[in-house]
Amino acid sequence: MPVAELRGVTKRYGEVQALRGIDLSIARGELLALLGPNGAGKTTAVRILLGLSEPTAGEAMVFGHHPASQEAKIRRGALLQVAKVPETLKVREHIELFSSYYQKPLPIAETIAAAGLGGIENRLFGALSGGQRQRVLFALAICGNPDLLFLDEPTVGLDVESRRTLWAHIRAFVKRGGSVLLTTHYLEEAEALAHRVAVIDRGRIAAEGTPAEIKAQTGTSGLEDAFLAIMHENRSAIEEVLQ
Amino acid sequence: MSRVYWMEAKMELRKMARLKQYSLSIVAFPLMFYIFFGLAMASSFSQGPMSVSKYLLATYGAFSVMGATLYAFGAGVAVERGMGWLEVKRASPMPAGAYLAAKMAVSVTFGAIVVTLLFALGAIFGGVRMPVGQWLLLWSALVAGALPFGAIGLTIGSFAGPNSAPGTVNAIYLPMAFLGGLWMPIEVMPKMLQQIAPCLPSYHFGQIALAILGAQTQGSVLVHVEALLGFGLVFAGVAWLAQSRDHERMYG
Repeated sequence: MPVAELRGVTKRYGEVQALRGIDLSIARGELLALLGPNGAGKTTAVRILLGLSEPTAGEAMVFGHHPASQEAKIRRGALLQVAKVPETLKVREHIELFSSYYQKPLPIAETIAAAGLGGIENRLFGALSGGQRQRVLFALAICGNPDLLFLDEPTVGLDVESRRTLWAHIRAFVKRGGSVLLTTHYLEEAEALAHRVAVIDRGRIAAEGTPAEIKAQTGTSGLEDAFLAIMHENRSAIEEVLQ
Repeated sequence: MSRVYWMEAKMELRKMARLKQYSLSIVAFPLMFYIFFGLAMASSFSQGPMSVSKYLLATYGAFSVMGATLYAFGAGVAVERGMGWLEVKRASPMPAGAYLAAKMAVSVTFGAIVVTLLFALGAIFGGVRMPVGQWLLLWSALVAGALPFGAIGLTIGSFAGPNSAPGTVNAIYLPMAFLGGLWMPIEVMPKMLQQIAPCLPSYHFGQIALAILGAQTQGSVLVHVEALLGFGLVFAGVAWLAQSRDHERMYG
């Protein structure tokens, strides 16, 4: 049984069709990267799997439960794009608070170590650098000892070093047996971390497979070239339909 | 379960106490007003048989609780909602009630602190004297005002943009306090403004507090309590509808 899945999910916001019939499943222990340009529907797919948004049609399940159910919430963690986090709480206080939401959270010290926050746990969030802030959000995502992690563009705006640090913590989570759905528009990130990649464009899955399979499908050597080839193909197909 | 509520309230209190824009202004402004108008200039305007220092304890007390609550809910929720933080909380297993209870804990705590300080000023420097029971009743009624105004603040927080929220709260809070007779007695205001007052929750809140002091009030206390409860329920309903609409807001 997949740990999370979307079956025939469409999502419409008024005139905008954000998802046009998506099937997606994440297997246990797998890191699936959802790849696509801005506005492709990545965040919408994540929001549906987090129970923050209801699909217009189709079905979303997390551990066999509705995504907004407490059963689903207790077993997953999420790092979302957030413009502003309360700045007058200390790193440790943020973690203590989120840990209290779960029945069997990781010990605070373990969360701090697993997110690379040792030495700055008593600083106010407002005093942290961009990379440190993202690591705090990562800590809040893993503090409940979840089986499944949603990471929505976790390294956007980070410098190379901070990005690599966060990658290391994500890999460590997968190594401990966790499953991850990662959205990104950094192809390098998908190539470095993902077992499997789903390319999403204009609300549809345009390609799916291991990074190697996707490269083979398009006859390209790098994932970036493959991505561009898929985007090009997909757009031509859509234009044909429209004509 | 109750542990989560306790933790959420504790962290919310720390967060707001460290946020100087909130903690300092919420405490300082009503005290400053009271020192100017309730103590220093008290002899310049007398209000019937009751001393100005005593009269203003009721109305500035109401003003303080309104401020503590409207900012904690109105600005607090608007910022956290508009900046995506509420989504992070919603995706987590946090019970929704804990979030609201924590904001209420902040409102009640800060409201209680300001009211207590006002009372101390009034008793020590304003010569305000009354039976202990009356002090306690006034204190409780003022602090309980956080409940209906929490609902009003939540409604503001559900509609205001994250950047404009503090301004929006001011634009509602200050005129509402003035027109509700919390800065000067409603009886000395122009007739037209007096007619607006009953439409404002601040007026009913002020009248309840004044009635406890035995000041001259308009209408029965029960009517004012009912009106304030009514405002609380209506706005709680509006806020509830607004947040269900919010679930479907497009994001990113």
